[in-house]
Amino acid sequence: MYQSLALTVTVLGIALIVVVFLYFASSAREAPGDGPSRAARWRNGIFWVMLLSFIPITVYSLTLVPFPASVPAGGNPLVVDVVGRQWSWSMSRNRFAAGRPIEFHVRASDVNHGFAIYGPEMQVITQTQAMPGYTNVLRHTFTAPGTYQILCLEYCGLIHHAMKTTFTVVAATGTQL
Amino acid sequence: MTQTWNTSEPVTPEVRTYAAVTGVVLLLLMFFGVLLRMTQGQWLGIGPDLFYQIMTAHGIGMVAIVTLGGMAVIWHFMGRYLALHRAAAIANLVLFLVGVVMVLASIFLGGYAAAWTMLYPLSSHSLQVWSDLAASGYLVGVLLVGVGMLVFYLEIARAIATQYEGGFKAALGWKRLRTGNKEDAPPPPIIAGAVCTIGNLVGTLFGAVILVMMLIHVFLPQFAFSALLAKNFIFLFGHVVINVAIYMAVVAVYEILPRYTGRPWGVYPAFILAWNATLLMVLTVYPHHLLMDFAMPDWMAFWGQIISYASALPVFAVTLVGTLANVHRSGMRWDLASGLLVLSIFGWSAGIVPAVLDGTIAINQVMHNTQWVPGHFHTYLLLGVVPMLLAFMTWIGNQGRAGQFGAVRGGTFWLYAVAGLGFTMAFLFAGSAGVPRRYAVHLAQWVGYDRVASVFALLVLLAAALIILPAVVRIATRGRTVAAAAAR
Ligand code: HEM
Ligand SMILES: [Cu+2]
Ligand SMILES: [Cu+2]
Repeated sequence: MYQSLALTVTVLGIALIVVVFLYFASSAREAPGDGPSRAARWRNGIFWVMLLSFIPITVYSLTLVPFPASVPAGGNPLVVDVVGRQWSWSMSRNRFAAGRPIEFHVRASDVNHGFAIYGPEMQVITQTQAMPGYTNVLRHTFTAPGTYQILCLEYCGLIHHAMKTTFTVVAATGTQL
Repeated sequence: MTQTWNTSEPVTPEVRTYAAVTGVVLLLLMFFGVLLRMTQGQWLGIGPDLFYQIMTAHGIGMVAIVTLGGMAVIWHFMGRYLALHRAAAIANLVLFLVGVVMVLASIFLGGYAAAWTMLYPLSSHSLQVWSDLAASGYLVGVLLVGVGMLVFYLEIARAIATQYEGGFKAALGWKRLRTGNKEDAPPPPIIAGAVCTIGNLVGTLFGAVILVMMLIHVFLPQFAFSALLAKNFIFLFGHVVINVAIYMAVVAVYEILPRYTGRPWGVYPAFILAWNATLLMVLTVYPHHLLMDFAMPDWMAFWGQIISYASALPVFAVTLVGTLANVHRSGMRWDLASGLLVLSIFGWSAGIVPAVLDGTIAINQVMHNTQWVPGHFHTYLLLGVVPMLLAFMTWIGNQGRAGQFGAVRGGTFWLYAVAGLGFTMAFLFAGSAGVPRRYAVHLAQWVGYDRVASVFALLVLLAAALIILPAVVRIATRGRTVAAAAAR
């Protein structure tokens, strides 16, 4: 969902920039009715408008923060050990129940890899880096049952593009898996 | 601030050589890029081994060549205020060329393909795909390019410190802020050049340290160190160098555009503050590359996000606003050079939108290392820094005179702009659809993006050739002076 937000904002933003530039490009040829001083006033005005609008945007961006690593998983998380190596993944289990909070403890045994979870529609759901010497804890609760894929999202050599595996999320039942 | 547009100014042989080399190498590397995109689109059958080799060459080569092009710009325009020793520029070029030959040999003869970011310990851990010799050849080659950069920037630093009245404090505009005296404002090439010099001296030092450490590790595997520390160093270095390339090249906008509009580029307090803020931010914003490294301290991720938003602003804002105000109702003449200069600020602005979004942790969570990333950086490189450099080349080639914007030149310009935007938008759409970056082989459902992008890429390559080749020929045959006043 952040994907479409980002894409929409980008397309609209760039379209706006196109319009602004086309306007200025066509106004540039007009006779120099005003001197440099008016240009400078203009410049200062726009500059302050931009500055003042950027501050609230930055502050707002921080509200999007819940930083994935620092969010507590909540009730009784299932710990899954993940190790990436050139060029395969191993996961301590590959079947999960929807609704159960999961903590992926992600490591790598050789070089950097990227542990990215793709949903049944092949969209990125979440990710973390898999690094030699560090364990990154990725918390996620699946909501939709289906077949998920792990793709490697950090370049790791010749077979990087085929470093994949799958797992299944099943509908929540009374008994927890 | 002295404006000397009316006199014709010499273009030194080293600047002409830098500019010509930049043009030719850019074309070659764009061609590499086309091969990559067409392979992803399954129109070419390049195997993964060669794909990743070309990808590595394209990435490191582009970063290096836009740096060289930016150096040509600041060397030329700073040279109007400082007596710079030609020997430093020549030494840098020689080290650059030797380094490039080593890098290319390691990649295409030795099979090295750890991507330009060469994240430790991949260089020495390829599962026998390439040898230690290839890895060390690559690392030494990049190191030589870095040493050349150090020589180049130390010479500029020396000249600022010893020749510019008031030294670095004046060059960075602090004197102007303190005295409030307009006469004390540094001219744009001096303040921008000073910031780039400090930035790249620091950035290159971090790069050199990590390169040497990785080199030792190749031969002495017991000498191991933290992969996370290495990542910090590499991204600090990489982020600084590529951004400084833009900050160097933008001097072409500050210096050439005003000659078309007749309005000097103003150096006012906000402009000075912006450049100083940028120096601090460019050196500290790199944690936004590490948002998916949860082992990093949280505060660094927050910092990365805040500074990503903040650092989008200063230099970019004063430059965007300055450019629009400079051209607005100026009665200026459009030609290839002035068109490319304005296009470059458009591309930089457009690229900042997806870049800042990706610096947001929540968005990075689903966009990191998808093609969103090459999408945003190609926007401000292909449509930002490259047009700045193309404008500089065209301007020297035309000896500073305004050209005609007839059907051919105008058509080439619009082809470059429109195809360039189409090419980068295809990356952004693919990224938001989850297509990973750096994949030699794409799933069937991703190939559509790749093919659209390939068509645009071919058109960009064509337009770039039509801009670069005539400019290079002219630089070689007659670009010895620029008669700047005739730009009106
Ligand atoms: C015709 C123009 C160009 C084409 C067709 C092109 C194509 C590509 C492609 C296909 C990739 C790999 C994308 C992926 O990760 O899936 C790439 C990566 C890259 N390009 Fe370009 N590119 C062009 C121009 C440029 C320019 C002008 C620059 C810089 C000034 C540049 C810098 C880079 C860098 C740094 C990478 C990253 C390499 C890596 O991931 O290791 N490119 N380009
Ligand atoms: Cu991997
Ligand atoms: Cu990988």
